[in-house]
Amino acid sequence: MEKKISFLKKPAVQTLIASLLCILLGLLVGFIVLLIINPSGAWNAMSTIMRNFWSFSSARGQIKNFGNTLAKTAPLLMCSLSVLFAYKVGLFNIGAAGQYVAGVGVGLYFAIGLQMPWWVSLIAGTLAGALLGALSGILKAYRNVNEVISCIMLNWISLYLVNTLLAPYMDITMSETWSLKKFYPSAVLPSLGLESLLNNHQYVTLAIPLAILVAVAVWVLLSKTRLGYELKATGLNKNAAKYCGMRDRFNIVLTMAIAGALAGMGAGMFYLTDMIKWPSTVTAVPAMGFNGIAAAFLGGLHPIGAVFSSFFIQHITDGGSFMEKTYPSEIAGLISSVIIYMCAFVLFFRQIMNRPKRHEKVKGGNIK
Amino acid sequence: MENGQREQGGSEYAVEMLHITKRFPGIIANDDITLQLRKGEIHALLGENGAGKSTLMSVLFGLYQPEEGEIRINGKKVHINDPNDANDLGIGMVHQHFKLVECFTVLDNIILGVEPVSKLGFLKKAEARQRLIELSRKYGLSVDPDARISDITVGMQQRTEILKMLYRENDILIFDEPTAVLTPQEIEELMQIMKNLAAEGKSILFISHKLAEIMAVADRCSVLRKGKYIGTVNTKDTTVDELSAMMVGRNVNFHVEKEPRTPGKVILKVEGMTVASRMHKNNAVKNVSFEVREGEIVCIAGIDGNGQTEFVYGLSGLEPLVSGKITLGGKDVSKTAIRERSILGMSHIPEDRHKHGLVLDYTLEDNIVLQRYFEPDYTKAGFLRRKNIRSYAEKLIEQYDIRSGQGPATIARSMSGGNQQKAIVAREIDKDPSLLIAVQPTRGLDVGAIEYIHKQLVAHRDAGKAVLLVSLEMDEVLDVSDRILVMYEGEIVAELDPKTTTPEEMGLYMAGAKRKEM
Repeated sequence: MEKKISFLKKPAVQTLIASLLCILLGLLVGFIVLLIINPSGAWNAMSTIMRNFWSFSSARGQIKNFGNTLAKTAPLLMCSLSVLFAYKVGLFNIGAAGQYVAGVGVGLYFAIGLQMPWWVSLIAGTLAGALLGALSGILKAYRNVNEVISCIMLNWISLYLVNTLLAPYMDITMSETWSLKKFYPSAVLPSLGLESLLNNHQYVTLAIPLAILVAVAVWVLLSKTRLGYELKATGLNKNAAKYCGMRDRFNIVLTMAIAGALAGMGAGMFYLTDMIKWPSTVTAVPAMGFNGIAAAFLGGLHPIGAVFSSFFIQHITDGGSFMEKTYPSEIAGLISSVIIYMCAFVLFFRQIMNRPKRHEKVKGGNIK
Repeated sequence: MENGQREQGGSEYAVEMLHITKRFPGIIANDDITLQLRKGEIHALLGENGAGKSTLMSVLFGLYQPEEGEIRINGKKVHINDPNDANDLGIGMVHQHFKLVECFTVLDNIILGVEPVSKLGFLKKAEARQRLIELSRKYGLSVDPDARISDITVGMQQRTEILKMLYRENDILIFDEPTAVLTPQEIEELMQIMKNLAAEGKSILFISHKLAEIMAVADRCSVLRKGKYIGTVNTKDTTVDELSAMMVGRNVNFHVEKEPRTPGKVILKVEGMTVASRMHKNNAVKNVSFEVREGEIVCIAGIDGNGQTEFVYGLSGLEPLVSGKITLGGKDVSKTAIRERSILGMSHIPEDRHKHGLVLDYTLEDNIVLQRYFEPDYTKAGFLRRKNIRSYAEKLIEQYDIRSGQGPATIARSMSGGNQQKAIVAREIDKDPSLLIAVQPTRGLDVGAIEYIHKQLVAHRDAGKAVLLVSLEMDEVLDVSDRILVMYEGEIVAELDPKTTTPEEMGLYMAGAKRKEM
């Protein structure tokens, strides 16, 4: 009785189509916004966003900006892995942003404050993220506090804690943390010779291959291991997980800790390149963690999909910053946000594709 | 129906569904089915799960449009596009799972959707109440209009559902497996009510797979099998055996064959077990003590909601005990984790296969190893041994005849209820537990699957293991068990011998009318 599943009903194919549709729709809406603001420059601006580094004429400029995009993709990928990992276990980790901030704070504190080498700082940042994630997990598992609520509150708590923690390590003239390259070179992530591939790009480091490796590891963990089997079972049906003797509460805490660790590690992968520094007064949670949500969904909630979706989102975000000056500077941010916003609609599109026909919907169902 | 008047055609039939064919992709759910309900008769619709009863009723209620055939109400051809049309034609249904608002009163539930309101929009409850009281007198349906649904018995809830139909002036009443939740006494009352309704001119369609009830109450019976119409018989001209053969297409052995056996040593000993309730402050299980021995099937009988669920939760470790002691194979497991109990030889076929028994979005093979995925055969160095899992799943699928679309890789959600249950039974029995706890293992299954699962339980007992069966089905309790413990309001009120007791005697204990000093 079972028929072969048609090509279009295959989950992987559907996800891919949905993701592409999202991108298309995002670009379209972004384009319309540009048209409304200034019709004459719209096409140009849009193509700049799409081309990002290609819009530079010199090979040198292209490589430099390609490297920049790659360097920023690594933390975004880590945040999206954080979100999708928790999501696979039935939790919505909107706290990736806060866990990322914790990773920045503790990572930089170890690097500057304690003058530790890069790998100690990276691990410290990872653990900080894990700790913050675990906190939400504990609240969820033992006190049934919705993880979304606790995560949002912890995002702000960690932001201000990190501001306080890093306050003594500010370069007053620059109003940001001390440059690692100049003063603490041992805390900078090694490049492993990758820089020579990209014209001695100073920010292309170990972080990029490491993030991809972590993506593969997350995929293996979720699909091949006993732990992944347990965690997914807990996420899909925690009653059944409990029934067969899995530690359902512990699994929730563990999931959030792993998700937090991924975000915290992502922070280290970015800030320990010295490409970016923590400003002296930060009043908004960095967008990286939130963009991770969009990247996770755009990637079809698959770790390997996240590699590509993270790169795409970073690509258009950077592209936006090269837009011509005929538009106000905020527009670049607006356009990339519109596109990212649309990217989160993957599940929505998949739902539409799978919308049951009327008879399927009521099959065996309620007669009112 | 707005004006309260319906055309009374000259036809002999209230409902005629003629040559109805309804196809779904890959399956013909109804294949040329004809059902004719005479005015004022009780007509039974008999068939196994998946025979097409639900589809046929959905067609009658306008939820599906048939590809072929026509529906006539009172001799007039009608098109029913949605349930509102059906309601306007005077068709009402009492569902197996009642559609009542728990925190509303009986009266509120009855007027819900057809509230009588004054011009200013205020409810005219007094009027409705008067009508309700008249109706309940006329048909002998005693209810308290002001009682909340959550406070009244299942029997009264069902009477509320019936009054709901009568209040809406429905003349064609459909009862979907109405006796599943009732005690024997309540079933008898319902039978009388149905006869009264028919005598008052209502036409009743009675969907069931309980043959004895059909024989007792119905005038005629139509049988469906695998989407096909098998025939209609007068109940006074037929026998239970003939009906069952029509239903399943072969002769089914209703009586469970089992040899007498002398129980061996004690496997499970429960002393003074008390479990708290999640619903209220009192304990759901109070000071329960009993033993289960090797080679016997002990059955906990009782009406739904008398603490059986909490009792099993306490026994399996899903809920902590307030007090008491559980000894499994001589070892105190009162505080032991679920996994440990499982390893010590306790298997548990859970009451709710979707809530506890399966991870519905996992594949069949992943569900089959749910209780043993951590064993060295299936996990090595933290990695799942997919090959072993696959071959183990294939073995059980073969051995227990679990049918599914794509074998071990089938998503459990897409499987039929019977096969989902078989998968759970296979998983739990194949662990070869010294104690098998089976909670309503045949709920919602058809005759063939029930027969199969009963055989498995008996085979496990014959292998010298202990079986604890928790069941709401009277026949199952009497047929399968070696010893019956009746649970009422969280206490064991009687121990009965299935060879000497009767359903009536059991019913009295189950309803709390009688109790033995234990």
